[in-house]
Amino acid sequence: MRGASRLSIALFSLLSNSFEVFASEQQPFEFGEMSAPIYTLPPLPYAYDALEPHISAQIMELHHSKHHQTYVTSLNAALKSQSEAVHTSDITSQVSLQQLIKFHAGGHINHSLFWQNLAPASSTDAESSAAPKLVKQIKSTWGNEEKFREAFKAALLGLQGSGWGWLVKVEVGQEQRLTIVTTKDQDPIVGKGEVPIFGIDMWEHAYYLQYLNGKAAYVENIWNVINWKTAEERFLGTRADAFKILKASI
Amino acid sequence: MSSTLFRATAVRSALRASAPTAAYRAGLASPTFVRGKATLPDLAYDYGALEPAISGKIMELHHKNHHQTYVTSFNNFSEQIAEAKQKEDIQAQIALQPLINFHGGGHINHTLFWENLAPTSQGGGEPPKGQLSKAINDSYGSLDALKEKFNTALAGIQGSGWAWLVQDTQTGNISIKTYANQDPVVGQFRPILGIDAWEHAYYLDYQNRKAEYFKAIWNVVNWKAAEKRLK
Repeated sequence: MRGASRLSIALFSLLSNSFEVFASEQQPFEFGEMSAPIYTLPPLPYAYDALEPHISAQIMELHHSKHHQTYVTSLNAALKSQSEAVHTSDITSQVSLQQLIKFHAGGHINHSLFWQNLAPASSTDAESSAAPKLVKQIKSTWGNEEKFREAFKAALLGLQGSGWGWLVKVEVGQEQRLTIVTTKDQDPIVGKGEVPIFGIDMWEHAYYLQYLNGKAAYVENIWNVINWKTAEERFLGTRADAFKILKASI
Repeated sequence: MSSTLFRATAVRSALRASAPTAAYRAGLASPTFVRGKATLPDLAYDYGALEPAISGKIMELHHKNHHQTYVTSFNNFSEQIAEAKQKEDIQAQIALQPLINFHGGGHINHTLFWENLAPTSQGGGEPPKGQLSKAINDSYGSLDALKEKFNTALAGIQGSGWAWLVQDTQTGNISIKTYANQDPVVGQFRPILGIDAWEHAYYLDYQNRKAEYFKAIWNVVNWKAAEKRLK
Protein backbone atom coordinates (compact mmCIF):
# COMPACT_ATOMS: atom_id res chain seq x y z
CA MET A 1 0.00 0.00 0.00
CA ARG A 2 2.70 2.32 1.10
CA GLY A 3 4.73 1.63 -2.02
CA ALA A 4 1.74 2.08 -4.29
CA SER A 5 0.86 5.31 -2.62
CA ARG A 6 4.41 6.58 -3.01
CA LEU A 7 4.36 5.63 -6.65
CA SER A 8 1.13 7.45 -7.31
CA ILE A 9 2.47 10.55 -5.59
CA ALA A 10 5.59 10.34 -7.70
CA LEU A 11 3.51 9.89 -10.85
CA PHE A 12 1.25 12.74 -9.90
CA SER A 13 4.18 14.96 -9.19
CA LEU A 14 5.80 13.95 -12.49
CA LEU A 15 2.59 14.67 -14.36
CA SER A 16 1.97 17.95 -12.65
CA ASN A 17 5.59 18.97 -13.24
CA SER A 18 5.32 18.19 -16.93
CA PHE A 19 2.01 20.01 -17.03
CA GLU A 20 3.67 23.05 -15.53
CA VAL A 21 6.45 22.85 -18.07
CA PHE A 22 3.91 22.42 -20.83
CA ALA A 23 1.85 25.32 -19.54
CA SER A 24 4.77 27.66 -19.09
CA GLU A 25 6.00 26.92 -22.59
CA GLN A 26 2.61 27.26 -24.24
CA GLN A 27 1.10 30.04 -22.26
CA PRO A 28 2.99 32.98 -23.73
CA PHE A 29 1.82 32.11 -27.21
CA GLU A 30 -1.81 31.93 -26.24
CA PHE A 31 -2.25 34.15 -23.28
CA GLY A 32 0.85 36.11 -22.36
CA GLU A 33 2.19 39.35 -23.68
CA MET A 34 3.26 37.75 -26.93
CA SER A 35 -0.25 36.53 -27.65
CA ALA A 36 -1.21 39.47 -29.85
CA PRO A 37 1.05 41.36 -32.24
CA ILE A 38 2.41 44.58 -30.79
CA TYR A 39 2.05 47.44 -33.23
CA THR A 40 4.40 50.40 -33.07
CA LEU A 41 4.23 53.94 -34.36
CA PRO A 42 5.85 54.10 -37.81
CA PRO A 43 8.35 56.97 -38.16
CA LEU A 44 7.39 59.83 -40.47
CA PRO A 45 9.21 59.74 -43.81
CA TYR A 46 10.00 63.49 -43.37
CA ALA A 47 10.52 66.04 -40.58
CA TYR A 48 7.58 67.49 -38.64
CA ASP A 49 8.06 70.88 -40.30
CA ALA A 50 8.55 69.49 -43.82
CA LEU A 51 4.94 70.14 -44.89
CA GLU A 52 4.94 73.80 -43.88
CA PRO A 53 3.35 76.17 -44.65
CA HIS A 54 0.49 73.90 -45.67
CA ILE A 55 0.48 71.84 -42.47
CA SER A 56 2.32 73.30 -39.50
CA ALA A 57 5.02 71.45 -37.57
CA GLN A 58 2.92 71.78 -34.40
CA ILE A 59 0.00 69.97 -36.03
CA MET A 60 2.26 67.27 -37.49
CA GLU A 61 4.01 66.62 -34.19
CA LEU A 62 0.79 66.37 -32.16
CA HIS A 63 -0.92 64.39 -34.88
CA HIS A 64 1.88 61.84 -35.19
CA SER A 65 3.45 61.60 -31.72
CA LYS A 66 0.18 61.96 -29.74
CA HIS A 67 -2.91 61.11 -31.78
CA HIS A 68 -1.44 58.30 -33.89
CA GLN A 69 0.46 56.97 -30.87
CA THR A 70 -2.79 56.80 -28.88
CA TYR A 71 -4.42 54.70 -31.61
CA VAL A 72 -1.44 52.33 -31.56
CA THR A 73 -1.41 52.06 -27.76
CA SER A 74 -5.18 51.54 -27.56
CA LEU A 75 -5.11 49.02 -30.40
CA ASN A 76 -2.48 46.94 -28.60
CA ALA A 77 -4.50 47.07 -25.37
CA ALA A 78 -7.70 46.06 -27.16
CA LEU A 79 -5.96 43.19 -28.98
CA LYS A 80 -4.53 41.95 -25.70
CA SER A 81 -8.00 41.98 -24.13
CA GLN A 82 -9.34 40.19 -27.17
CA SER A 83 -6.65 37.55 -26.99
CA GLU A 84 -7.50 36.94 -23.34
CA ALA A 85 -11.20 36.73 -24.22
CA VAL A 86 -10.40 34.17 -26.94
CA HIS A 87 -8.29 32.17 -24.52
CA THR A 88 -11.06 32.09 -21.92
CA SER A 89 -13.77 31.44 -24.54
CA ASP A 90 -15.47 34.66 -23.45
CA ILE A 91 -17.44 35.28 -26.61
CA THR A 92 -19.45 38.24 -25.30
CA SER A 93 -16.25 40.14 -24.54
CA GLN A 94 -14.87 39.20 -27.95
CA VAL A 95 -17.90 40.69 -29.67
CA SER A 96 -18.04 43.79 -27.48
CA LEU A 97 -14.35 44.47 -28.22
CA GLN A 98 -14.85 44.48 -31.99
CA GLN A 99 -15.88 48.12 -32.33
CA LEU A 100 -12.97 49.26 -30.17
CA ILE A 101 -10.54 47.24 -32.29
CA LYS A 102 -12.06 48.60 -35.50
CA PHE A 103 -11.76 52.17 -34.27
CA HIS A 104 -8.18 52.03 -33.06
CA ALA A 105 -6.94 49.70 -35.80
CA GLY A 106 -8.63 52.00 -38.29
CA GLY A 107 -6.86 54.96 -36.72
CA HIS A 108 -3.53 53.15 -37.03
CA ILE A 109 -4.17 52.05 -40.63
CA ASN A 110 -5.46 55.44 -41.79
CA HIS A 111 -2.67 57.49 -40.26
CA SER A 112 0.05 55.07 -41.45
CA LEU A 113 -1.24 55.43 -45.02
CA PHE A 114 -1.75 59.19 -44.63
CA TRP A 115 1.84 60.01 -43.61
CA GLN A 116 3.10 58.10 -46.62
CA ASN A 117 0.73 59.78 -49.03
CA LEU A 118 2.02 63.23 -48.07
CA ALA A 119 5.31 64.82 -49.18
CA PRO A 120 7.02 68.21 -48.85
CA ALA A 121 5.68 70.65 -51.47
CA SER A 122 9.20 71.22 -52.80
CA SER A 123 9.61 67.52 -53.63
CA THR A 124 9.00 66.29 -57.19
CA ASP A 125 6.89 63.56 -55.54
CA ALA A 126 4.34 66.29 -54.76
CA GLU A 127 3.76 66.94 -58.49
CA SER A 128 0.98 65.01 -60.15
CA SER A 129 3.43 64.32 -62.99
CA ALA A 130 4.95 61.75 -60.60
CA ALA A 131 1.81 59.64 -61.18
CA PRO A 132 1.38 59.43 -65.00
CA LYS A 133 -0.76 56.29 -65.11
CA LEU A 134 -2.95 57.33 -62.19
CA VAL A 135 -3.47 60.81 -63.64
CA LYS A 136 -4.43 59.25 -66.97
CA GLN A 137 -7.18 57.29 -65.27
CA ILE A 138 -8.24 60.31 -63.18
CA LYS A 139 -8.67 62.26 -66.43
CA SER A 140 -10.64 59.51 -68.06
CA THR A 141 -12.86 59.27 -64.96
CA TRP A 142 -13.43 62.93 -64.05
CA GLY A 143 -12.48 64.74 -67.26
CA ASN A 144 -9.50 66.63 -65.88
CA GLU A 145 -7.49 67.06 -62.68
CA GLU A 146 -9.35 70.23 -61.75
CA LYS A 147 -12.75 68.53 -61.89
CA PHE A 148 -11.35 65.65 -59.86
CA ARG A 149 -10.10 68.01 -57.16
CA GLU A 150 -13.46 69.80 -57.12
CA ALA A 151 -15.29 66.50 -56.67
CA PHE A 152 -12.86 65.46 -53.93
CA LYS A 153 -13.26 68.81 -52.18
CA ALA A 154 -17.06 68.58 -52.25
CA ALA A 155 -16.88 65.10 -50.73
CA LEU A 156 -14.50 66.24 -47.98
CA LEU A 157 -16.53 69.32 -47.08
CA GLY A 158 -19.72 67.25 -47.05
CA LEU A 159 -18.50 65.08 -44.16
CA GLN A 160 -20.63 65.52 -41.06
CA GLY A 161 -18.31 65.10 -38.11
CA SER A 162 -14.98 63.32 -38.03
CA GLY A 163 -13.84 61.21 -40.95
CA TRP A 164 -11.66 60.79 -44.00
CA GLY A 165 -11.85 61.19 -47.76
CA TRP A 166 -10.05 58.64 -49.95
CA LEU A 167 -9.27 58.09 -53.57
CA VAL A 168 -9.84 54.36 -53.91
CA LYS A 169 -9.02 51.86 -56.63
CA VAL A 170 -11.77 49.28 -56.86
CA GLU A 171 -11.13 46.05 -58.71
CA VAL A 172 -14.30 44.98 -60.49
CA GLY A 173 -13.56 41.78 -62.38
CA GLN A 174 -10.76 42.60 -64.80
CA GLU A 175 -11.47 46.31 -64.58
CA GLN A 176 -9.95 48.85 -62.20
CA ARG A 177 -12.11 51.84 -61.37
CA LEU A 178 -11.33 54.96 -59.38
CA THR A 179 -13.78 56.36 -56.89
CA ILE A 180 -13.87 58.99 -54.15
CA VAL A 181 -15.05 57.56 -50.84
CA THR A 182 -15.67 59.25 -47.50
CA THR A 183 -15.57 57.27 -44.29
CA LYS A 184 -16.72 58.22 -40.81
CA ASP A 185 -14.50 58.46 -37.75
CA GLN A 186 -11.65 55.95 -38.24
CA ASP A 187 -13.39 53.45 -40.51
CA PRO A 188 -10.62 52.19 -42.81
CA ILE A 189 -10.77 51.28 -46.52
CA VAL A 190 -10.52 47.50 -46.25
CA GLY A 191 -13.33 46.24 -48.48
CA LYS A 192 -12.80 43.40 -50.95
CA GLY A 193 -10.94 44.57 -54.03
CA GLU A 194 -10.39 48.07 -52.60
CA VAL A 195 -6.96 49.71 -52.60
CA PRO A 196 -6.63 53.12 -50.90
CA ILE A 197 -4.61 55.42 -53.18
CA PHE A 198 -4.47 58.44 -50.90
CA GLY A 199 -6.45 59.75 -47.97
CA ILE A 200 -7.14 63.15 -46.47
CA ASP A 201 -7.80 63.37 -42.76
CA MET A 202 -10.84 65.54 -42.00
CA TRP A 203 -10.75 65.21 -38.23
CA GLU A 204 -10.52 68.68 -36.73
CA HIS A 205 -7.21 67.77 -35.05
CA ALA A 206 -5.71 67.51 -38.57
CA TYR A 207 -6.09 71.22 -39.26
CA TYR A 208 -7.67 73.16 -36.40
CA LEU A 209 -4.58 74.74 -34.81
CA GLN A 210 -3.73 76.32 -38.15
CA TYR A 211 -6.99 76.72 -40.08
CA LEU A 212 -9.55 76.93 -37.21
CA ASN A 213 -13.03 76.64 -38.72
CA GLY A 214 -11.65 77.39 -42.20
CA LYS A 215 -11.52 73.79 -43.34
CA ALA A 216 -12.05 74.72 -47.00
CA ALA A 217 -8.60 76.38 -46.96
CA TYR A 218 -7.05 73.23 -45.51
CA VAL A 219 -8.69 71.17 -48.24
CA GLU A 220 -7.31 73.58 -50.87
CA ASN A 221 -3.79 73.63 -49.46
CA ILE A 222 -3.34 69.94 -48.88
CA TRP A 223 -3.12 69.36 -52.63
CA ASN A 224 0.32 70.98 -52.43
CA VAL A 225 1.62 68.14 -50.28
CA ILE A 226 0.01 65.05 -51.80
CA ASN A 227 2.63 62.42 -52.54
CA TRP A 228 1.78 61.43 -56.12
CA LYS A 229 4.70 59.02 -56.32
CA THR A 230 3.23 56.97 -53.47
CA ALA A 231 -0.21 57.32 -55.07
CA GLU A 232 1.12 55.92 -58.36
CA GLU A 233 2.74 52.98 -56.54
CA ARG A 234 -0.50 52.16 -54.74
CA PHE A 235 -2.45 52.53 -57.99
CA LEU A 236 -0.16 50.09 -59.80
CA GLY A 237 0.29 47.76 -56.84
CA THR A 238 -1.89 45.38 -54.89
CA ARG A 239 -3.69 45.89 -51.63
CA ALA A 240 -0.92 44.01 -49.82
CA ASP A 241 1.60 46.50 -51.26
CA ALA A 242 -0.36 49.46 -49.94
CA PHE A 243 -0.62 47.94 -46.47
CA LYS A 244 2.99 46.78 -46.14
CA ILE A 245 3.70 49.76 -43.87
CA LEU A 246 1.45 48.07 -41.29
CA LYS A 247 3.48 44.85 -41.36
CA ALA A 248 6.59 46.92 -40.87
CA SER A 249 5.15 48.54 -37.78
CA ILE A 250 4.48 45.26 -35.93
CA MET B 1 -39.47 70.66 -23.54
CA SER B 2 -39.31 73.41 -21.01
CA SER B 3 -40.01 76.80 -22.49
CA THR B 4 -37.81 78.29 -19.79
CA LEU B 5 -34.93 76.45 -21.41
CA PHE B 6 -34.45 79.16 -23.98
CA ARG B 7 -35.70 82.02 -21.89
CA ALA B 8 -32.70 84.31 -22.09
CA THR B 9 -31.93 83.78 -25.75
CA ALA B 10 -35.58 83.67 -26.70
CA VAL B 11 -36.19 87.08 -25.25
CA ARG B 12 -33.18 88.52 -27.02
CA SER B 13 -34.01 86.87 -30.32
CA ALA B 14 -37.58 87.98 -30.11
CA LEU B 15 -36.52 91.52 -29.35
CA ARG B 16 -34.36 91.54 -32.44
CA ALA B 17 -37.31 90.83 -34.67
CA SER B 18 -41.04 91.24 -34.53
CA ALA B 19 -43.64 89.47 -32.41
CA PRO B 20 -43.04 85.84 -31.48
CA THR B 21 -44.29 83.43 -34.09
CA ALA B 22 -46.44 80.38 -33.53
CA ALA B 23 -43.25 78.34 -33.64
CA TYR B 24 -41.85 80.44 -30.81
CA ARG B 25 -44.74 79.50 -28.56
CA ALA B 26 -44.50 75.84 -29.47
CA GLY B 27 -41.31 74.98 -27.61
CA LEU B 28 -37.95 73.43 -28.32
CA ALA B 29 -35.60 75.15 -30.70
CA SER B 30 -38.40 77.36 -31.84
CA PRO B 31 -37.50 80.38 -29.73
CA THR B 32 -34.67 81.20 -32.08
CA PHE B 33 -36.91 80.98 -35.13
CA VAL B 34 -38.01 84.39 -36.17
CA ARG B 35 -40.30 84.58 -39.19
CA GLY B 36 -39.27 81.03 -40.01
CA LYS B 37 -35.56 81.72 -39.74
CA ALA B 38 -33.23 80.40 -37.09
CA THR B 39 -30.91 83.02 -35.61
CA LEU B 40 -27.75 82.79 -33.55
CA PRO B 41 -28.69 83.27 -29.88
CA ASP B 42 -26.63 85.69 -27.82
CA LEU B 43 -24.46 84.28 -25.05
CA ALA B 44 -25.55 85.17 -21.51
CA TYR B 45 -21.89 85.90 -20.64
CA ASP B 46 -18.75 87.27 -22.28
CA TYR B 47 -16.54 85.09 -24.46
CA GLY B 48 -13.77 85.23 -21.85
CA ALA B 49 -16.06 84.55 -18.90
CA LEU B 50 -15.48 80.79 -18.78
CA GLU B 51 -11.69 81.05 -18.53
CA PRO B 52 -9.60 79.20 -17.55
CA ALA B 53 -11.85 76.18 -18.23
CA ILE B 54 -12.58 77.38 -21.78
CA SER B 55 -10.63 80.24 -23.37
CA GLY B 56 -12.23 83.34 -24.84
CA LYS B 57 -10.78 82.43 -28.22
CA ILE B 58 -12.49 79.05 -28.27
CA MET B 59 -15.79 80.53 -27.12
CA GLU B 60 -15.69 83.23 -29.78
CA LEU B 61 -14.88 80.85 -32.64
CA HIS B 62 -17.31 78.27 -31.35
CA HIS B 63 -20.21 80.70 -31.04
CA LYS B 64 -19.59 83.22 -33.80
CA ASN B 65 -18.24 80.83 -36.44
CA HIS B 66 -19.22 77.24 -35.76
CA HIS B 67 -22.68 77.83 -34.33
CA GLN B 68 -23.35 80.55 -36.91
CA THR B 69 -22.51 78.10 -39.71
CA TYR B 70 -25.05 75.61 -38.36
CA VAL B 71 -27.69 78.36 -38.24
CA THR B 72 -26.91 79.61 -41.76
CA SER B 73 -26.82 76.11 -43.22
CA PHE B 74 -29.98 75.08 -41.42
CA ASN B 75 -31.85 78.06 -42.87
CA ASN B 76 -30.44 77.33 -46.31
CA PHE B 77 -31.43 73.67 -46.29
CA SER B 78 -34.80 74.47 -44.72
CA GLU B 79 -35.54 76.71 -47.69
CA GLN B 80 -34.46 73.99 -50.07
CA ILE B 81 -36.63 71.39 -48.39
CA ALA B 82 -39.60 73.79 -48.47
CA GLU B 83 -39.07 74.22 -52.22
CA ALA B 84 -38.80 70.46 -52.66
CA LYS B 85 -42.08 70.03 -50.79
CA GLN B 86 -43.75 72.60 -52.96
CA LYS B 87 -42.54 70.77 -56.06
CA GLU B 88 -43.52 67.45 -54.50
CA ASP B 89 -39.96 66.26 -55.11
CA ILE B 90 -39.75 63.41 -52.62
CA GLN B 91 -36.19 62.38 -53.54
CA ALA B 92 -34.88 65.87 -52.85
CA GLN B 93 -36.76 66.01 -49.56
CA ILE B 94 -35.22 62.74 -48.41
CA ALA B 95 -31.76 63.75 -49.60
CA LEU B 96 -32.03 66.95 -47.56
CA GLN B 97 -33.12 65.26 -44.34
CA PRO B 98 -29.61 64.34 -43.08
CA LEU B 99 -28.56 67.95 -43.67
CA ILE B 100 -31.53 69.24 -41.67
CA ASN B 101 -30.67 66.76 -38.90
CA PHE B 102 -27.01 67.78 -38.90
CA HIS B 103 -27.34 71.54 -39.06
CA GLY B 104 -30.59 71.74 -37.11
CA GLY B 105 -29.01 69.45 -34.53
CA GLY B 106 -25.92 71.66 -34.41
CA HIS B 107 -28.14 74.68 -33.74
CA ILE B 108 -30.17 72.93 -31.02
CA ASN B 109 -27.14 71.39 -29.31
CA HIS B 110 -25.09 74.56 -29.17
CA THR B 111 -28.05 76.66 -27.98
CA LEU B 112 -28.59 74.26 -25.09
CA PHE B 113 -24.84 74.04 -24.42
CA TRP B 114 -24.33 77.81 -24.04
CA GLU B 115 -27.20 77.87 -21.57
CA ASN B 116 -25.95 74.97 -19.49
CA LEU B 117 -22.60 76.72 -18.98
CA ALA B 118 -21.99 79.72 -16.74
CA PRO B 119 -19.03 81.63 -15.33
CA THR B 120 -18.21 80.72 -11.73
CA SER B 121 -19.26 84.28 -10.78
CA GLN B 122 -22.75 83.47 -12.09
CA GLY B 123 -23.11 80.11 -10.38
CA GLY B 124 -21.01 77.97 -12.73
CA GLY B 125 -19.92 74.79 -10.99
CA GLU B 126 -22.34 75.15 -8.08
CA PRO B 127 -23.87 71.72 -7.41
CA PRO B 128 -27.48 71.06 -8.38
CA LYS B 129 -30.23 71.25 -5.82
CA GLY B 130 -33.70 69.88 -5.32
CA GLN B 131 -35.21 67.34 -7.67
CA LEU B 132 -32.16 67.05 -9.95
CA SER B 133 -29.79 66.56 -7.03
CA LYS B 134 -32.07 63.83 -5.72
CA ALA B 135 -32.30 62.16 -9.13
CA ILE B 136 -28.50 62.19 -9.45
CA ASN B 137 -28.01 60.71 -6.00
CA ASP B 138 -30.66 58.05 -6.62
CA SER B 139 -29.17 57.02 -9.97
CA TYR B 140 -25.44 57.53 -9.43
CA GLY B 141 -24.89 57.73 -5.67
CA SER B 142 -23.28 61.16 -5.77
CA LEU B 143 -22.52 64.09 -8.04
CA ASP B 144 -18.86 63.05 -8.22
CA ALA B 145 -19.86 59.56 -9.29
CA LEU B 146 -22.05 61.04 -12.03
CA LYS B 147 -19.19 63.25 -13.26
CA GLU B 148 -16.88 60.26 -13.39
CA LYS B 149 -19.36 58.22 -15.45
CA PHE B 150 -20.06 61.22 -17.65
CA ASN B 151 -16.35 61.75 -18.32
CA THR B 152 -15.93 58.07 -19.17
CA ALA B 153 -18.79 58.40 -21.66
CA LEU B 154 -17.22 61.55 -23.16
CA ALA B 155 -13.83 59.86 -23.47
CA GLY B 156 -15.41 56.86 -25.19
CA ILE B 157 -16.91 58.87 -28.06
CA GLN B 158 -15.28 57.67 -31.28
CA GLY B 159 -15.13 60.76 -33.47
CA SER B 160 -17.25 63.89 -33.06
CA GLY B 161 -20.23 63.96 -30.77
CA TRP B 162 -21.85 64.95 -27.53
CA ALA B 163 -22.60 63.41 -24.17
CA TRP B 164 -25.87 64.31 -22.47
CA LEU B 165 -27.53 63.81 -19.18
CA VAL B 166 -31.02 62.98 -20.39
CA GLN B 167 -34.39 62.28 -18.85
CA ASP B 168 -36.46 59.43 -20.19
CA THR B 169 -39.85 60.99 -20.98
CA GLN B 170 -41.55 57.62 -20.35
CA THR B 171 -40.04 56.69 -16.98
CA GLY B 172 -38.72 60.03 -15.73
CA ASN B 173 -35.34 58.39 -15.04
CA ILE B 174 -32.13 60.23 -15.81
CA SER B 175 -29.18 58.66 -17.62
CA ILE B 176 -26.05 59.48 -19.59
CA LYS B 177 -26.20 59.04 -23.36
CA THR B 178 -23.74 59.86 -26.12
CA TYR B 179 -24.79 61.10 -29.55
CA ALA B 180 -22.76 61.07 -32.77
CA ASN B 181 -21.87 64.27 -34.59
CA GLN B 182 -24.76 66.74 -34.18
CA ASP B 183 -27.55 64.25 -33.56
CA PRO B 184 -29.82 66.12 -31.17
CA VAL B 185 -31.57 64.76 -28.10
CA VAL B 186 -35.12 64.39 -29.39
CA GLY B 187 -37.90 61.84 -29.14
CA GLN B 188 -37.98 59.64 -26.07
CA PHE B 189 -35.32 61.59 -24.23
CA ARG B 190 -35.22 65.11 -22.90
CA PRO B 191 -31.88 66.97 -22.77
CA ILE B 192 -30.85 68.03 -19.27
CA LEU B 193 -27.13 68.82 -19.64
CA GLY B 194 -24.86 68.54 -22.67
CA ILE B 195 -21.08 68.59 -23.10
CA ASP B 196 -19.62 69.12 -26.55
CA ALA B 197 -16.92 66.54 -27.34
CA TRP B 198 -16.10 67.83 -30.84
CA GLU B 199 -12.43 68.68 -31.10
CA HIS B 200 -13.25 72.30 -31.96
CA ALA B 201 -14.74 72.62 -28.46
CA TYR B 202 -11.36 72.21 -26.75
CA TYR B 203 -8.49 71.72 -29.17
CA LEU B 204 -6.97 75.22 -29.02
CA ASP B 205 -6.68 74.96 -25.22
CA TYR B 206 -6.15 71.26 -24.61
CA GLN B 207 -5.01 69.70 -27.92
CA ASN B 208 -5.06 65.92 -27.56
CA ARG B 209 -5.45 66.11 -23.76
CA LYS B 210 -9.21 65.96 -23.88
CA ALA B 211 -9.50 64.33 -20.44
CA GLU B 212 -8.28 67.65 -18.98
CA TYR B 213 -11.07 69.51 -20.79
CA PHE B 214 -13.69 67.05 -19.54
CA LYS B 215 -12.38 67.53 -16.00
CA ALA B 216 -12.25 71.33 -16.18
CA ILE B 217 -15.64 71.94 -17.74
CA TRP B 218 -17.49 70.89 -14.59
CA ASN B 219 -16.24 74.15 -13.03
CA VAL B 220 -18.46 76.09 -15.44
CA VAL B 221 -21.51 73.85 -15.64
CA ASN B 222 -24.71 75.75 -14.99
CA TRP B 223 -26.67 73.26 -12.91
CA LYS B 224 -29.46 75.79 -12.44
CA ALA B 225 -30.18 75.64 -16.16
CA ALA B 226 -30.11 71.86 -15.99
CA GLU B 227 -32.55 71.86 -13.05
CA LYS B 228 -35.06 73.87 -15.07
CA ARG B 229 -34.99 71.31 -17.87
CA LEU B 230 -35.87 68.41 -15.59
CA LYS B 231 -39.56 67.60 -15.33
